[in-house]
Amino acid sequence: MADLVLTTSVLEETKIQIENVLIQAGVNTVLLIDEAGNVVAACGHKTCDLDMTSLAALAAANFGATSQIAKLIGEDDFSLLFHKGKKDSVHFARISTDLILVTIFGESVSLGLVRLRVAQLAKTIEKTFGQNN
Amino acid sequence: MALINLSKREIHCKIVYYGPGRCGKTTNLLYIYNAMNNQARGKMLTIETKGERTLFFDLLPLNLGKINGFDIRIQLYTVPGQVIYKATRKLVLKGVDGLVFVADRLKVRHGKNMESLQDLHRNLLEYNLTTEEIPIILQFNKCDLVPTPIPTLTKEELEIDLNSELNTKVFEAAATKGIGVFETLKEISKRTIQYVATKHLSTKLSG
Ligand SMILES: Nc1nc2c(ncn2[C@@H]2O[C@H](COP(=O)(O)OP(=O)(O)OP(=O)(O)O)[C@@H](O)[C@H]2O)c(=O)[nH]1
Ligand SMILES: [Mg+2]
Repeated sequence: MADLVLTTSVLEETKIQIENVLIQAGVNTVLLIDEAGNVVAACGHKTCDLDMTSLAALAAANFGATSQIAKLIGEDDFSLLFHKGKKDSVHFARISTDLILVTIFGESVSLGLVRLRVAQLAKTIEKTFGQNN
Repeated sequence: MALINLSKREIHCKIVYYGPGRCGKTTNLLYIYNAMNNQARGKMLTIETKGERTLFFDLLPLNLGKINGFDIRIQLYTVPGQVIYKATRKLVLKGVDGLVFVADRLKVRHGKNMESLQDLHRNLLEYNLTTEEIPIILQFNKCDLVPTPIPTLTKEELEIDLNSELNTKVFEAAATKGIGVFETLKEISKRTIQYVATKHLSTKLSG
């Protein structure tokens, strides 16, 4: 796994993409992390209230553990990783090989919309990172 | 995997405390957490079973201040030492930039120390890493037990068991009392930052 060197332009572009595609759609918080559990980018209006460091570490561990469970039962990966809460829910998605996108959203946004937008975003983020690495 | 954020001028590295069950990995982190002030430390996160044994990992984020204009952020992790948690240990190692191998001075842990070091080598290989590349140092913990009637291993015995191949720096420690804890942390932080910086930044950092 290669180290990640983030330039200002890549970061800014990624943040704008996240804002336009997910935050505009009504999602609370979006966290882009790497597989080691580092925060690459955090967007949304609730980022200050949340413990981002712990969230990123746990999300990376959870994601890694779930991938291993998939392998144990003979799957490549699970196509949907999603935790549903009373008010807020969390959706996880892999982006390229070593990034994970964590999306936190409330009842006003449907899972279907989140999945659609995340799939769309995955492609653009992959492109942005690909060009610079 | 280190994360270097040129926009915020931050370097994030991951240091993992590895070693057999009950050797004192979590105790190291707890001591550091309690001794550091709020500005330098983040929240300590532990995922443990009822009996205080680490189930997945502990995490302590530290802010080590500025070096050459870069904010140095270090995440300290511990693995669960018990043999059955092999799969979770491997997950915690993902993206590691520096390692502390904590060995137990108790004589009865002689075999467990060596088993755990073998396990570390195997897990690193699965990520295509070796201890020749990743900075690693040794800590011989529970040295406070040496003068007691409890049978312990000598430093020389541990050196032969664990350091003949690694050939790295050794710190003697008593993590419950804080002896050797910061010395270990300082050395591994220095080596890890140096390792990450020389890979990515043209200037050599010193600290
Ligand atoms: N005498 C003595 N006891 C210690 C020392 N360090 C840790 N211990 C004790 O050893 C026990 C295990 O310590 P932990 O820090 O929980 O061990 P660990 O390596 O995190 O264990 P796992 O989570 O199972 O992998 C605790 O009861 C500690 O108080 C030490 O320096 N001296
Ligand atoms: Mg522990």
